[in-house]
Amino acid sequence: MRRIREIMRKEFLQLRRDRRLLPILFMAPVIQLFVLGYAATTDLKDVPVVVCDLDKSSESRNLVASFSASGDLVARYYVNDPAKMDRYLDENLADLGLVIPTDFARKVARGEGTSVQVLVDGSKTNATIALSQLSSAIGQYAQGLIVEQMVRTGRQFARSEVVAQTRVWYNPDLTSRNFMVPGVLALTLMVITTIVTSMAIVREKERGTIEQIIVTPIRPLELIIGKLVPFAIVGFIEVFLVLSVAVFWFEVPLRGNVILLLSLCVLFLLNTQGIGLFVSTVSHTQQQAMMTAVFFIMVPMFLLSGFVFPIEDMPRIIQYLTYLMPLRYFLVIVRGIFLKGVGMETLWPQVVALGVFGVAILGLAVARFQKRVG
Amino acid sequence: MFRKLRRIWGVMLKEFRQMRRDRRTLGLLLFVPAITLVMSGYAITFDVKHVRIVVLDRDKSAPSRKFTAGFFQSEYFDLAGTVEREEEADWWLNTGRARAVLIIPPEFGKHILSQEKVAVQVLVDGGNANSANVTIGYLNAKIREYNLALAREATSKQGIRLPAIPITVEPRVWYNPELESSQFLVPGLIGYLLMLVATMVTALSVVREKERGTMEQIVVSPLTSGEFILGKTFPYLLVSMITGTLIIVSGMILFDLPLRGSIIWLFATMVIYLLSALALGVFISTVADTQQVALMIASIATMLPAGVLSGMIFPIASMPKVLQWFTYVIPLRHYIVIVRSVILKGTGVTAWAEELIVLAAFAVVMLAISTVRVARGRSAA
Repeated sequence: MRRIREIMRKEFLQLRRDRRLLPILFMAPVIQLFVLGYAATTDLKDVPVVVCDLDKSSESRNLVASFSASGDLVARYYVNDPAKMDRYLDENLADLGLVIPTDFARKVARGEGTSVQVLVDGSKTNATIALSQLSSAIGQYAQGLIVEQMVRTGRQFARSEVVAQTRVWYNPDLTSRNFMVPGVLALTLMVITTIVTSMAIVREKERGTIEQIIVTPIRPLELIIGKLVPFAIVGFIEVFLVLSVAVFWFEVPLRGNVILLLSLCVLFLLNTQGIGLFVSTVSHTQQQAMMTAVFFIMVPMFLLSGFVFPIEDMPRIIQYLTYLMPLRYFLVIVRGIFLKGVGMETLWPQVVALGVFGVAILGLAVARFQKRVG
Repeated sequence: MFRKLRRIWGVMLKEFRQMRRDRRTLGLLLFVPAITLVMSGYAITFDVKHVRIVVLDRDKSAPSRKFTAGFFQSEYFDLAGTVEREEEADWWLNTGRARAVLIIPPEFGKHILSQEKVAVQVLVDGGNANSANVTIGYLNAKIREYNLALAREATSKQGIRLPAIPITVEPRVWYNPELESSQFLVPGLIGYLLMLVATMVTALSVVREKERGTMEQIVVSPLTSGEFILGKTFPYLLVSMITGTLIIVSGMILFDLPLRGSIIWLFATMVIYLLSALALGVFISTVADTQQVALMIASIATMLPAGVLSGMIFPIASMPKVLQWFTYVIPLRHYIVIVRSVILKGTGVTAWAEELIVLAAFAVVMLAISTVRVARGRSAA
């Protein structure tokens, strides 16, 4: 016990002596959550549209006004010649283009069908949603015209119709922020704790101080515990900080149990630190450790864990791969507790998975370290 | 001039020797990013298909069965299960086993047959707003389709002509006709991985000398600070160019990307982009005192900010204005515009000259600041 305490004391001393490290440890996750929480949104806003209105009638202007009203799509450029639209898409000035034909108003007034052309820049991240937004805005406008016409001509007929009453759960106004902020919270925690621990042992190796530790009566397990506990304490403070930012600044509704959330955050830290430590034991230099941690672990977790890209939409094989990622389980847990307010009765499979993975990876790290020492 | 070049060459030679001695790190630098690309490239997709839906049919009539069956004939919806009570539906949504629940009211069939309006309830998991929006869009489109069929039936029976649909939308998708998200996501991922590897590779260049104490030897040599920085940057430019070529080539082949622009521009812009990322790494290296701190800053400053703020995944126009300005200092933001233009749009340099100039300026400024920082460190020593 005393030996573990000595190692911990050494780590704390080193932490305190390094003037740059400590601020990074505490400030980085908070700043990142703060900035990225605002940036990580898939909501449509200010999508620039170039309009070629060949009709120039009040009807065609109404059509343009009807989709500009919401602020999601903005008619920013007007051209007189459809051929001129190319430039706006080529040079990334507009993401959508709309061509209204010359006889638009006339055909609409006569109750004949007409068509408008919509150009979409398919190389843009929001291409699909932008297109469907514009089409449904135009569809709604057309719906209004039909009703108007039927009233005018008195041509009514009986017909049945199905209408959908959509109720959105957990996030009624469909803002992506409520979904993204808990995700960013999990990511920042993962990044900082994995990075710090991945350097823990390899640094001693690179500096040659590991030999000194090996010749002391300290056992490998004691060394690892002594290394982990200080970082675990730092990590726990970080959890508090980022949770406060999410709840008090971003006002993400916290519908579930806070204590459960806190304790599962700690369980998650056990995983990330175990991973970091494992990376540390398989690397020879700090740079190798960093490369391994970033390219084999953190980037894949960032992209494959369901943070933005839903796992259900991935190819089968990749879906199996995601089972090896603690972040996958933790994202279900944070989002579940935050947005759905669920507890252990629903989350137990994820909690079990995190527990098993955490113990396994820590065990592996200790085992590898022991072998090296021997 | 000749002496100057020879001195830079000396530094470069030393870096190359160090690299060669550490084969394992070199291997990691060269090949691992390509492996990451392959692993992640298939997974990143915004294409929503096979949305899992649970049906609660309170009517169980012929029309209700016909209505629900219509949903599952397309590739957009999969029937996850059927339930009898709403509480069971809750469980499907709570555990994330289904994204939406379709609730058919009792007497659905009766209303349909007697030409009345009838409301079905749709519960959608709004957690992931993006998927939820797409799901709602699909559901509404399906219901519209069903209504149109009903209207056709009714009008033909009553002998009236259905009024023409006043406006139809003819969409034409440019650059990516199938609207496959991998077409724009993979070029972004390529730029992202390049950024990470280039920043990390130079992040240690200067600080390693500081930490090992070899910086003093350099200080007393006739080498100028500018020569030192350039000599440190170029070897890694070569390494990251090999890495970059591997990533781009494997990305183009595996993910079926068209190269509509010029291959020369593809590589020329890659080199300038790599320089900007390498310069960022060198700068970080002059700021940090230990390798640990340098690597931490490099990964914290690139991994999440470049991923989130560059427009790779999240549209920049949707961000708050202040953050939109901030994104200008992220090299990846500019490179993504260039690489998507060259690969997908086939536009020439005039279309993205601004972005290219910003990248070059970024590299020059970062290297200049690093030189000043090293020079100041020398005069202090």
